Amino acid sequence: MVAEKLVGQPLKRKEDPRLITGAGNFLDDIKLTGMTHAYVVRSPFGHARITSIDTSRARAMPGVVGVFTGEDLAAVNPLPCAWPAAGGENNMNTPRVLALGEVHQVGDPVAVVVAETRYQAKDAAELVDISYEELGTVVDAYKATLDGAPQLHENAPNNVAVRWTCGKDADEVSAALAASDVRISQHIVNQRLIPTSMEPRGSIGRYDEGTGDYTLWATSQAPHVHRLLITAFILGIPEQKLRVISPDIGGGFGQKIFCYFDMPLVLWLSKAVGRPVKFFEDRSENYLSAAHGRDHITDVEIGASRDGKITALKVDTYANLGAYLSTVAPGIPTTLYGRMVAGCYKIPAIHVNVTGVYTNTAMVDAYRGAGRPEATFLIERVCDLVAQETGVDPAEVRRRNFIQPADFPYDTGIGMLPYDSGDYEKALDKALWNSSYADLRAEQARRRAKGNRKLLGIGLSSYVEVCGIAPSKYMGAQGWGAGLWESANVRIHLTGKVVVTTGSLPHGQGHETSFAQLVGDELGVPFDDIEVEWGDTLGTPFGFGTYGSRSLTVGGTAIYKSTAKIREKARLLAAHMLEANPEDVIWQDGKFQVKGSPESSKTMQEVALAAHVAYDLPEGMEPTLEATTFYDPPNCTFPFGTHICVVEVDADTGEIDLLRYVAVDDVGNVVNPLIVDGQVHGGIAQGLAQALFEGAVYSDNGELMTGTMNDYAIPKASQLPVYELDRTVTPSPVNPMGVKGAGEAGTIASTPCVANAVIDALAHLGVRHIDMPITPEKVWRATSAR
Amino acid sequence: MGIPVPMATRIPVRITVNGVEYAAEVEPRLLLVHFLRDNLGLTGTHVGCDTSQCGACTVYLNGQSIKSCTVLAVQANGGEVTTIEGLAVGNDYDPVQQGFWEMHGLQCGYCTPGMIMSSHALLDRNPNPSEEEIRHALEGNLCRCTGYQNIVKAVQRAAELRAGK
Repeated sequence: MVAEKLVGQPLKRKEDPRLITGAGNFLDDIKLTGMTHAYVVRSPFGHARITSIDTSRARAMPGVVGVFTGEDLAAVNPLPCAWPAAGGENNMNTPRVLALGEVHQVGDPVAVVVAETRYQAKDAAELVDISYEELGTVVDAYKATLDGAPQLHENAPNNVAVRWTCGKDADEVSAALAASDVRISQHIVNQRLIPTSMEPRGSIGRYDEGTGDYTLWATSQAPHVHRLLITAFILGIPEQKLRVISPDIGGGFGQKIFCYFDMPLVLWLSKAVGRPVKFFEDRSENYLSAAHGRDHITDVEIGASRDGKITALKVDTYANLGAYLSTVAPGIPTTLYGRMVAGCYKIPAIHVNVTGVYTNTAMVDAYRGAGRPEATFLIERVCDLVAQETGVDPAEVRRRNFIQPADFPYDTGIGMLPYDSGDYEKALDKALWNSSYADLRAEQARRRAKGNRKLLGIGLSSYVEVCGIAPSKYMGAQGWGAGLWESANVRIHLTGKVVVTTGSLPHGQGHETSFAQLVGDELGVPFDDIEVEWGDTLGTPFGFGTYGSRSLTVGGTAIYKSTAKIREKARLLAAHMLEANPEDVIWQDGKFQVKGSPESSKTMQEVALAAHVAYDLPEGMEPTLEATTFYDPPNCTFPFGTHICVVEVDADTGEIDLLRYVAVDDVGNVVNPLIVDGQVHGGIAQGLAQALFEGAVYSDNGELMTGTMNDYAIPKASQLPVYELDRTVTPSPVNPMGVKGAGEAGTIASTPCVANAVIDALAHLGVRHIDMPITPEKVWRATSAR
Repeated sequence: MGIPVPMATRIPVRITVNGVEYAAEVEPRLLLVHFLRDNLGLTGTHVGCDTSQCGACTVYLNGQSIKSCTVLAVQANGGEVTTIEGLAVGNDYDPVQQGFWEMHGLQCGYCTPGMIMSSHALLDRNPNPSEEEIRHALEGNLCRCTGYQNIVKAVQRAAELRAGK
């Protein structure tokens, strides 16, 4: 009997039993013998000189083990930035573990108290006396570049951290704009967001005096990378003397990719106090000092023909990078934003200018989608602006500009790798059909004709994104400081049970399940016999971790290739066992069979037993079935799709009702549809929330006004619509499984989709653009002004 | 400048958690969630926000679902608490746990214990809630991964399972 394939089935997740019973093992759940607790004293000022620190009262508090300041850690290097913008100007400033001399943002760590309990540490932290001399602050990226603005860092005049361009020469694009029949310009703000995984960040350090070994438990999406950065760049200890462990991670969305001050701090403290030290931030600390996302101010100039073809695009973006450069910050608004602004469209002349700017705010780095949401928001607003200006339907504008299936691999001419495969029109047509688009437009026209105060808005967003961020050669040329391949070790034990070790790092994506499905099919072993291990640098090959929707495309392919190596070795051994010529033995129906005589066969488990006992192996064959692969793909993958949102806007109050949300995504082949749909759901929710609800707000003096969940609008169940999902399947030619990646698509597509819908509802009133979050108040102002 | 905190007085409490009575002396300011997590080692109850928005710390106290980050351990004195660890009987998951598993109602799993406890409380009050009632009832529990759609389905599935369907 042929076993049913696991790949493609909506299997329940392997990781869930522990998570639904409260048996998950998250960072703050870990208790070590003798463990102490660190609480960090932070700057209350956006920009100030530290004039004195007195820790004596804090030291005298009950339970206090030690109090330390930046002076104590003066010999420790600042955190590294691993991705300067290639070909641009980079004025690098990275944070110190604890501030030394000056603070540049509210929440900058200034001192740390280590105590027996977290309550005691917090009590004592209140008594660390710090005097500051306040300096001027600036929180807006554009204003920070103006002459006379407060300066954050000596080596960054006008607070410019990064200057970078891509595409054609600016003059050439200006000429193309001048020659265009239709010209539009628009100022667009892509507001700052706070990622908000439900689990904040934290770390536990333990130094072993006997061996000189350090162990770090961290809420990390990339433990091997953190080991490298902490040892070689920050603490200057040998890489092999640090082990990094990621336990269960309560969501990341990019924020847990980066190296943060507390990681080296707890290790240093553990050595200093001779006991393990735990740091676990509270929500406000997370909001204050963990990396934020987006925060672009853009002026775009658009050239188009009267029939809606985009002829030229000139983009000038100020990207707020915060007080310092976070781990990969410069790469986000350059390679992952600037090189993706063409979206799904053939645009003959593009010029992008990006200025990355220091301000007295939290660092900004990759957040779900990382650059592509900003690029997609821009180009999808551009499409609607062109539609509005030319009178061509927004769906038709997209269709007329799409890259066509025969064009792939397609080079957009702005320095991105060639798009791998796609059929953008097919996804658009499916979304139009699923939403009954023509009927919606007719209903909208009826309402407008009648002067109905319930305005109907229909928003479209056709997106393409770059996933499987990996090709090391390309990433190196983009300034990335290391490779981006991924590792996998697969081994079949004597008992036929399989262990997979991956360099990917799941934090909600269900890798234990999807990877087991993949391995089960390739090795012919039952799903329940496969264990997927991750998150510990001890005894495992280097891996780069999970971000950029790369786990299945890069990490999964490494696993796939390992299974192929194992199967080939096992086939040779099976032939030996069956006393057949190797060329006559084939893998069929989950077994090794002699061609033409299926009764003469060996299961993978039988071969595994023989490989392990090793009594009788072919000449020269090593025992066991095990393979390691380091996979560096030749290209990225480019998922795409079209989303359509339908809203009803109350013209009198500005209230926005989400009536429908239709999504058609193409993520290539699908391993587990339940998991992929879940990724799309969550992605849509996050992107939609940017359009309507979320936004980090700073006061002019650098205070975060949205410093708790009371002020920062994470959406609730009652605020979100039902997502109507569908798919097209265009396999990627880049990897053998034909997968493209699904983790970020929803977020990338939904922000412009929802924003376009609300603006579309108001378009007949002459409204062209409203900056996000599009709140009822902003809608009311936009409509009542007319 | 902070005010020096006096040496904490300790107050004896007796709290029954998942059917077991525990006696302890606690600081008056100790939050119930920290009593559960740090004193009893019941780490299934999570802390996600500190300001009572996220609901990751939801447990039952005397039959009511409460946010244990907003209740002091001394307020629970003499009370009965049920946490996520107390829902399953042996290897038999509670129908709400089963519903979340079957319908992919969780991704990272951090909000999940609180979400399950709140859903459980909803189904106790209203065994057959509409989608709107589910979404409304879960307003005090935030999830950043799922976009809530599969959580709604999970609660609907749990309602079916509880009704023996």
